[in-house]
Amino acid sequence: MTAFEPSELVVTARCGTPLAELEEMLARAGQMFAFEPPHFAAEPPAGATFGGMIAAGLSGPRRAAAGAVRDYLLGARIMNGRGEVLGFGGQVMKNVAGYDVARLAAGSLGTLGIIVEASVKTLPRPSAEVTLALEMPGERALESVNRWIGRGIAVSASAWRGGELAVRLSGAASAVAAAAAALGGERIPEASAAARWAAIRDHRDAFFAGEEPLWRLSLPQLAPSVDLPGEQLIEWAGALRWLRSGADPQAVRTAAARAGGHATLFRGGDKASGVFHPLPAALLEIQRRLKAVFDPDRVFNPGRMYPGI
Amino acid sequence: MGERSAVPAPGIPFLRQAQVVARLLRALPPDSVLYEAEDTRPYECDGLSAYRQLPMVVALPRDEEEVRAVLAACRDLNVPVVARGAGTGLSGGALPRGDGVLLSMARMNRILSVDAAARTARVQPGVRNLAISEAASAYGLYYAPDPSSQIACTIGGNVAENSGGVHCLKYGLTVHNVLKVRALTIEGESVEFGSAALDSPGLDLLALFHGSEGMLALATEITVRLLARPALARCVMASFGDVARAGEAVAAIIAAGIVPAGLEMMDRPATRAVEEFAHSGYDLDAAAILLAESDGTHEEVAEELARMIEVLERAGATAVRVSGDEAERLKFWAGRKAAFPAVGRLSPDYYCMDGTIPRRRLAEVLGFIAAMEGKYGLRCPNVFHAGDGNLHPLILFDANAPGQLARTEAFAAEVLEKCIEVGGTITGEHGVGIEKIDQMCVQFSARELEVFRGIKRAFDPQELLNPGKNIPALHRCVEFGRMRVHGGKLPHPELPRF
Repeated sequence: MTAFEPSELVVTARCGTPLAELEEMLARAGQMFAFEPPHFAAEPPAGATFGGMIAAGLSGPRRAAAGAVRDYLLGARIMNGRGEVLGFGGQVMKNVAGYDVARLAAGSLGTLGIIVEASVKTLPRPSAEVTLALEMPGERALESVNRWIGRGIAVSASAWRGGELAVRLSGAASAVAAAAAALGGERIPEASAAARWAAIRDHRDAFFAGEEPLWRLSLPQLAPSVDLPGEQLIEWAGALRWLRSGADPQAVRTAAARAGGHATLFRGGDKASGVFHPLPAALLEIQRRLKAVFDPDRVFNPGRMYPGI
Repeated sequence: MGERSAVPAPGIPFLRQAQVVARLLRALPPDSVLYEAEDTRPYECDGLSAYRQLPMVVALPRDEEEVRAVLAACRDLNVPVVARGAGTGLSGGALPRGDGVLLSMARMNRILSVDAAARTARVQPGVRNLAISEAASAYGLYYAPDPSSQIACTIGGNVAENSGGVHCLKYGLTVHNVLKVRALTIEGESVEFGSAALDSPGLDLLALFHGSEGMLALATEITVRLLARPALARCVMASFGDVARAGEAVAAIIAAGIVPAGLEMMDRPATRAVEEFAHSGYDLDAAAILLAESDGTHEEVAEELARMIEVLERAGATAVRVSGDEAERLKFWAGRKAAFPAVGRLSPDYYCMDGTIPRRRLAEVLGFIAAMEGKYGLRCPNVFHAGDGNLHPLILFDANAPGQLARTEAFAAEVLEKCIEVGGTITGEHGVGIEKIDQMCVQFSARELEVFRGIKRAFDPQELLNPGKNIPALHRCVEFGRMRVHGGKLPHPELPRF
């Protein structure tokens, strides 16, 4: 960690800084990374790092309410394929000088260069959080959560599976209490609620165990339920749907595209047909040219995302 | 072409103009192609009126197919294209070229759909920012980013500049509120950046597109995120005996874990200018005032206001007033929103800066600006988005007084370079355009600028989309003589220096 000024809401750190360490420090200052980055491996040195968090670009349960890693990334120093360290963005909230290369690095999976150091915006932790469990079928759950959000209820996370919807409300204590009373359902004790959201975030929940291929479907939040075999865990008010299914990859991709989104073979399964959703030719060509700007000799993670990138 | 005037406007290549007009008229109706000086005059500048240039031709397409036809003509004839929304930009991003087509999105101004349940709106790029919130209001929703020009500025321009506004501390910039952009590349390909879902595969071109000043592709359809309109908003006005103390109060509010919906600061020269104009009831004895807004449910607002007032009083506020009702809240904001025109009444001309700094360096930078007022003999009231550290010092000058414009530009350049020195940036929300292009040479190294140029060519190999803006050419930095030096060595030592 190279700089943290709580009143600036910005943390600057080198790429190898353990994420757990940064989060602990933020918590002591009453702050957080609002996008709730996942920690897929528990212990250092295998544990999640700050640079990995940005390169992977993954966000946790609060994403639908608070935004993704890229939304909080203010600046990055990137080593390109020629070994030159270049700086983009900065440590300030608003910056429109030049193209927004820093945000481009978020989710680039190390294909453009090494993120040497980055500055990320933090937010104060909400003063109150309550998690409620409600019994309801999937379609009604999505409709309800979206209706609550549309009415200004501060839903900071949602997860539906097998007929049960868990909803987390965050904000001022009085507002959370009023919203919880309006929504009804069963209140989950604080400690077990926190553990539950962390388990979903980090894929330690039982849903993610086992060998069945894990698909990540990113869809418009109110897209009708996709007709595919397998169990689903639905987060982000419907915008993120985890699917355990041995279905034909092409069928999964077609269903996701038809619903207006895309599918990633997140874990397991046959990766022969690619992990990521195929790109239209024009976009693939632009991305190949961008790769060449940063890494003309294709040193960094070649082919990790798409052929030629 | 028979009706065109015999004498072309000065600086416009006549035969070339005739060739481009003839080609455009093959695809667009006659009233969509303007080339007489009296018709193209309204497009000669954007909000940065110090720079003016008549465009060779103005094209006013009505739909994506017509945009595609304009781009095809420009590609085939190798003509530069400058896109324009409402022309309210403050950095000359939409400054036309005498050898180019000015592509106005003014007629692509339809709201295509509002999806209340999913809280999104699909709009054409020429739709006004405020029109989106007006269309969404029937559903209790609104579009959050609110640049001060929101009654006029277009969403396409907002995307091109990644516009902010007084509420972006809590609700983010344009990039945080747009889900998807449908665009045309110069090669005429339809592409979609982002999606109706929350992410899309591959590199995040949606983020890269925001703030790219019309240089990568042209947006033809934009899907924005809508938010629930807060049940209540109230505004606190706090007075401070000195500017540094007001700056510390800003830091104290953030450090207390409060993210106000808006957090603005004005110094006394600014409040005095505004008060005469807007009658907002500002405390004119205060060296600086803060406006802090709280919004949300009634419970949230009550809780946050109480905490905010406590912090402000502890930080040394000499007076604190809370808006009693909606009319008073709007009155508080009317002054802030009228700051530019109000200051404009003090002086024949003013020059608005847009640097952003880390909040903790606020007092230092304000001290520097005060010193520059003395050095250049020009007054400079300050208004700023204090919560974001985004400064808008307004240098007052008279363009007709010999030497004043040059002094003003030198003043502004020193302030922007101070912003870089304290770890900030030359532009927080107005963009680089043509105005700050020389300061780009100070903020970025030659290699970083080369990456920007590479990105430009990845989208636009012929460099026809808004060329010459935002990213300076290497020779321009050499001429400017302010190339950033790394490790004591000038980049490109092979180049001659004058």
